[in-house]
Amino acid sequence: MRLIFRYLKLHITAVLIAVIIKLAGTLSELLLPYILEHIIDEIVPTGTIPLVLEWGCFMFAAAIACRYLNVWANKRAVENAHTISYEIRQALFEKTIRLSGEQFDEFTLPSLISRMTSDSYNVQSAVQQLQSLCIRAPMMLIGGVIVASLMDFQLALILLIMLPVLVAIILFVSAKGIPLYTEVQRRLDVVVRMMRENITGIRVVKALSREEHETVRFHKANEEMTAQDIDAATVMAIPGPLMQLFLNCGLCAVVFIGAFRVNAGEIKPGVILAFLTYFNMITMGVMGLSRIFMTISKASASAERIEQVLEVEEQEPVSVVSEDTGSEDAVVFDHVSFSYGEGSGRKEDFAGTEREKALSDISFTIRKGESLGIIGPTGCGKTTIVNLLMRFYQPDEGSISVDGKNVNAYERKELRRKFGTVFQNDMVFQDSLYENIDFGRSVSEEAVHNAAMDAMASDFISELNDGFQFQAAIKGANLSGGQKQRIFVARALAANPEILILDDSSSALDYRTDAQMRKAIEEHHPDTTLILIAQRISSVMNMTNILVMDNGKCIGYGSHEELLKNCAIYRETCQIQMGSME
Amino acid sequence: MPGKGDRGGKKEKPKDAGSALRRILHYLMAYRWWVLLFLVCSIIGNIGNLLGPRFAGQAIGIAEEGYRLGTGMVDMDAVKQKTILMAVVYISSNLLTFAVSFGMARVAKHVAEQMRKDVFEKLMRMPVEYFDHHQAGDIISRVSYDIDVVSTSLSTDVIQILTSLITVAGSFIMMCIVSIPLVLCMVFTIPVSILFTRYMSKITRPLYSRRSAAYGEMNGFAEEMFTGQKTILAYAREEDFSARFSEYNSNAAEAYYQADSTGMRMGPTIGMISNFGLAMIGMGGSLLYLKGIVGLGQISSFILYSRKFSGPINEISNIINEIFSALAAGERVFQLLDQPEEASDRLDCTELSACKGEVSADHVNFGYLPDKTILHDFSFHADPGQMIAIVGPTGAGKTTMINLLMRFYDVDSGEIFVDKTEYRNYTLKSLRKNYAMVLQDTWLFQGTIFDNIAYGKADATEEEVISAAKAAKIHNYIMRLPQGYNTIIYEDGGNISKGQKQLLTIARAMLYNTNMLILDEATSNVDTNTEREVQKAIRSLMKGKTSFVIAHRLSTIQNADHILVVNHGDVVEQGTHQELMKQRGFYYSLYASQFE
Repeated sequence: MRLIFRYLKLHITAVLIAVIIKLAGTLSELLLPYILEHIIDEIVPTGTIPLVLEWGCFMFAAAIACRYLNVWANKRAVENAHTISYEIRQALFEKTIRLSGEQFDEFTLPSLISRMTSDSYNVQSAVQQLQSLCIRAPMMLIGGVIVASLMDFQLALILLIMLPVLVAIILFVSAKGIPLYTEVQRRLDVVVRMMRENITGIRVVKALSREEHETVRFHKANEEMTAQDIDAATVMAIPGPLMQLFLNCGLCAVVFIGAFRVNAGEIKPGVILAFLTYFNMITMGVMGLSRIFMTISKASASAERIEQVLEVEEQEPVSVVSEDTGSEDAVVFDHVSFSYGEGSGRKEDFAGTEREKALSDISFTIRKGESLGIIGPTGCGKTTIVNLLMRFYQPDEGSISVDGKNVNAYERKELRRKFGTVFQNDMVFQDSLYENIDFGRSVSEEAVHNAAMDAMASDFISELNDGFQFQAAIKGANLSGGQKQRIFVARALAANPEILILDDSSSALDYRTDAQMRKAIEEHHPDTTLILIAQRISSVMNMTNILVMDNGKCIGYGSHEELLKNCAIYRETCQIQMGSME
Repeated sequence: MPGKGDRGGKKEKPKDAGSALRRILHYLMAYRWWVLLFLVCSIIGNIGNLLGPRFAGQAIGIAEEGYRLGTGMVDMDAVKQKTILMAVVYISSNLLTFAVSFGMARVAKHVAEQMRKDVFEKLMRMPVEYFDHHQAGDIISRVSYDIDVVSTSLSTDVIQILTSLITVAGSFIMMCIVSIPLVLCMVFTIPVSILFTRYMSKITRPLYSRRSAAYGEMNGFAEEMFTGQKTILAYAREEDFSARFSEYNSNAAEAYYQADSTGMRMGPTIGMISNFGLAMIGMGGSLLYLKGIVGLGQISSFILYSRKFSGPINEISNIINEIFSALAAGERVFQLLDQPEEASDRLDCTELSACKGEVSADHVNFGYLPDKTILHDFSFHADPGQMIAIVGPTGAGKTTMINLLMRFYDVDSGEIFVDKTEYRNYTLKSLRKNYAMVLQDTWLFQGTIFDNIAYGKADATEEEVISAAKAAKIHNYIMRLPQGYNTIIYEDGGNISKGQKQLLTIARAMLYNTNMLILDEATSNVDTNTEREVQKAIRSLMKGKTSFVIAHRLSTIQNADHILVVNHGDVVEQGTHQELMKQRGFYYSLYASQFE
């Protein structure tokens, strides 16, 4: 709720204007029956037709005024809701896109998506409804209570005794409702996750003929969500009728006690009648209030989920001590250790002391313009080095510096601008190839073309009908694995980065293309520091230094020749891979 | 940037309004007896609400009588009786109201459940192609947002409208009984309201459709960007993509504003029309009274009924925009449900069982787009148990071949035979069941490692899973995890590398015992030592099975029985490794390039 109020506050004037217009509209609406009564009770007996017509015209005028005021008020309310929901969504998007790897892992992708799609919508409808509901209900409630108290305090006492009960019901139900709706949204996350899993994995599901199994799995999640949703709806169905029930009992008490007091000669019967009218007003007010609270319960569960994302602290430079020494070292890893899941909510998967270190005590130095090859078995921590270097995750021990400055001392952007990176599971966006390479950086057209050339992508691009304007399908479905990888490399090269990181970026390329690509990069980007993670010895053998890893540890470091001499595992791998031309 | 419409799938033409309504009601029909029961409850509850004031009035009447007689003369027993009646009526009507709102919420949620179920089952029947062209986020938006809008509207609006209609009709009859001349004074409001509603519906319906579509586009974009978040961060493009999102966001906000600010003109305008009616009754009634046509009593009871008449109409007109948005949202769900499904099996098709694994392609032509052929006149033959390797530069059409073999896409012309029968004569299901497949893009779902490996075989035992993991050289890694095989893996989590994912999918395929096997760059991200060992396991697995292997590491495929060298969608060379090396052609140059 804090979130909604915070944003309402930002637009307090606009919200107040909408509320005031609504107030005027409501008043003019209430005016109509009074005019009608006036005509029937006061004017008709006098028999003057012109006066009847005059007041009749008044009614028309009031009806028109009422319509315009209400339309205007609705429009303003919708406008405010539209501004506020735009701002909340924008803030949510901007925050989500900035989450660090750890933070992102903790929320999980499907949950972030459903916060964006479903929760932001719940908040938007609440903002709109609150502006129109907040007027009528309190007005009727407060007005009714005041007038009733003035009329006969003893009868009004019945009312006053009941109010705390009503408040208690509202508070109790909304206290119950918020966690229920939080749970509904959490189960929606699961539904969204399964949808996504099946959409992205449709080929595997179909290939293994697991459609029925998946359907059953989905039904389970769907049923669970529905059951929870029904629970929440059941709780939400309680307060309206229950409060009405209390009020109606109060009404009966008013009639009975009223009659008793009439019998005692303390009040006139007319007072009871008037009381009934005001009681009705109060009932309507209370019902309106309960609707407001129900809306709030649902919205605040969602608002809280959005708030959770928004209040994540961004990791900003830790030590701002600038030690710009003009160092010749592009990248330095100094006794770095790291394990995934530290500080994450998913402790159970990495429980306690047994947790495997993804990296332990890794040290190396790359001088500017030099290159480093990283090689080692699957899951040995190669990609983790990139994750830490680019500050997606924080090392547990040791320090990492780029250009002689600790990575934590950089402003995040400043740090990342130095890199051109191709990830193992990098992504082609649904956009033109040109845009996929340029990636919104507005590098020159020449740079895009050169990058495509160096990445060996020019050939296939020029064969496409639309060339660089070829539209990639969702997640690059209309490109082959190798084509995608070449686009990634072109993207990484386009802005002429200081440090180029290629994480297994040629796994889907044939040897020749791979070799040509490396040659082109070497020739056209001689000053670029290169970090290359690969499976093939042939890819890394020409690097200045090679880091051989196993199980998070460094088991060999040096040039190809040195490693052939000193590192048994490297030598073995080399023999297997290189074979010979038979 | 592509046009905004591209993300929502612009091929989908909105259907007419009536059909969306009909189809939503169709879902409701499953609960028709319940809905009917709730309707009756709701009517009884309303009657109770009307009776309550009556008893109250009678009680007050008794008090008044006693008041006139003097202090202490009120018949308190009678008052008590009336108040008890009043309490009974009120309490039962409140309980009925609770039952109705509780019951309708239940019905609406079950309808939503059914719709989600239908959408999911539909997705399972759709061709792979659909998912290559539609954003996951847009589909998710239909499931989470659109269905929610429909269900919210169902839970409150349906009963309200139905009971309102009854009240409106009842009061109108009463009004006619009280005074026909007075009815004539206000009767103009009925056709005017109806005409206005129809006019507004024409204007706002497309706006609400646009609103739903804009949300879908925005969600599609957000989903894509969240999925590629790491890449965006790596290039420090957060601001740029936030700005792009802002476009979708403001588009959605604008569509919402347009739809709702227009839709919400409805309520006040209908209110104004019925207020005009009231004014006409006031004026007309007065004139008629002065002319001696109606009595004062008639006028006041007429006014009471006319309030009962216009009240529900105003209420309906206030929620009518909810109904419009529910119809627009429903339309988007039905559009998805109306998409063409995977080609249904031929009538005379048979189950492919005990497949021997003889596969051949005969002059196959295929392209993803009608005007762009990827495979030209493609032919090959694989005997049972043969290992067929497919090599060639990227983009040559290797993965496309797999898409055709699995019938993810259908050939444009030509034929593919499995066990000497054209493969479209088998049921799709049985055909796919005979292939085990490991793809370039690994896919794991959120669940335990055990479940991920056992995925293809529902009744896999622990020993089987473990031996498959051992063969895929992933067992040791799994055992190092604190939870072993029960460790939960996440699609987006950092706790598992891509190579490990590939090994897990290989283990999965090993469990899935079939006579045909497809390996599309199955080990591309696995280190060579591990790969070699996995290869051994795969080879023993492949013994006697027909297998199709795509790989760039030529060491992987030099033992193949038959190598197809593909370039630009044509088979340029074929034969064994030795034969192809002797030819000194395209294959030779590919092979040589790894030593350059």
